[in-house]
Amino acid sequence: MQKVHPDARAALAGLLKDGMLIMAGGFGLCGIPEQLILAIRDAGVKNLTVVSNNCGIDGVGLGLLLETKQIKKMISSYVGENKTFAQQYLAGELEIEFNPQGTLAERIRAGGAGIPAFFTRTGAGTQIAEGKEQREIDGERYVMERGLVADLSIIHAWMGDTEGNLVYRKTARNFNPMMATAGKVTVAEVEHLVQPGDINPDHIITPGVYVKRLVHVPNAVKHIEQRTVRKRTAAPAGTGEEV
Amino acid sequence: MAWTRDQMAERAAKELRDGFYVNLGIGIPTLVSNYIPAGMSVQLQSENGMLGFGPFPYEGEEDPDLINAGKQTVTEIPTTSYFSSADSFAMIRGGHIDLSILGAMQVAENGDLANWMIPGKMVKGMGGAMDLVAGVKKVVVVMEHSAKNEPKLLKRCTLPLTGARVVDMVITDLGVFTIDKKGGGGMTLVELAPGATLDEIRSKTEASYRTSNAL
Repeated sequence: MQKVHPDARAALAGLLKDGMLIMAGGFGLCGIPEQLILAIRDAGVKNLTVVSNNCGIDGVGLGLLLETKQIKKMISSYVGENKTFAQQYLAGELEIEFNPQGTLAERIRAGGAGIPAFFTRTGAGTQIAEGKEQREIDGERYVMERGLVADLSIIHAWMGDTEGNLVYRKTARNFNPMMATAGKVTVAEVEHLVQPGDINPDHIITPGVYVKRLVHVPNAVKHIEQRTVRKRTAAPAGTGEEV
Repeated sequence: MAWTRDQMAERAAKELRDGFYVNLGIGIPTLVSNYIPAGMSVQLQSENGMLGFGPFPYEGEEDPDLINAGKQTVTEIPTTSYFSSADSFAMIRGGHIDLSILGAMQVAENGDLANWMIPGKMVKGMGGAMDLVAGVKKVVVVMEHSAKNEPKLLKRCTLPLTGARVVDMVITDLGVFTIDKKGGGGMTLVELAPGATLDEIRSKTEASYRTSNAL
């Protein structure tokens, strides 16, 4: 079985439908499956529900699918950096379901692991708990949250072999490994495509069973949302100067 | 005269202990990392999937794959580890992080915290704040004592809650309060900032609180 496809469009061929639920990896612009997002934009599918921690920024990442009005609803923890998002939300064109970030991550992990629901302290006593089953366990109040699965998950990895075994790089891992498990179909873009055996099996984060299709994206352009640096001269302890 | 933002951060740093794993929020809490005492081992956790991070990178060495939860470029240190968002929040929710220092819009005398939304305004989302306050062992709020003469230390929060009965300590520009969030023992003023008076704090605080005998 050939998992590797020549480009992002081919990797998504036959998978896209109006109204589907798509999970997209990434935190801010770090570790987002940018080429796959572009291919979804070009395919023009509409009324999408997208599960992603954020919604890109104007003109980058999922922000592109807002500009084309392909997204009907976002399930996210934070959407602050996006003017298009605010405009469409205030105009009633876009729905948002906020999930606490850890609850979102666990809903995806649970969905991929075949767990339909779980109890968490997060959000107990807040409006997040309204309308949800709550239970007292060992004297603490817990909120029931549901596992999430997607019609399609699109993720970004640093390295993958042709079998779909994946390795991520630094904080670009974030939501990608759980989303890989929670998609009925998962498509991964990888910066480095290698042969089976080239990755030390002890180092594989996402085993190939979760990944149905792969596309190689060499020379991926990566974006920095908040460029913070320190000067080479003064080097006090701590976080340095924001410039 | 009251505490500046840096002095509030310096005061918050006194809550650090050797061996602590700590999550710092955005704003004044970030400054706390400048006041980690020399010789003390404190590992900073970033909820996007990193434990142990260093200062901002030197110019030209920024790595788009290496950011903190504020989406700022940071650096790796020898103790750094990376993990997924699910693992990150397992660490937080599971009570493995010792201390969370974060900002707030309102804190109530029972430890309720509001810091994520103002009804009628565009809501950006709670990010990881609800998970942090529900899961981390000790929660310290650092904030201005009042906002445009509106008190922020209240009997009950008027804004939607981030967490119910979650705050252990509040550090403002005027002083430090402790809150007995589980025992129901209420709020106690335990320190005054230099130049702050008991009368000034009384006039700027809606919450009921006791004043420590030491004051």
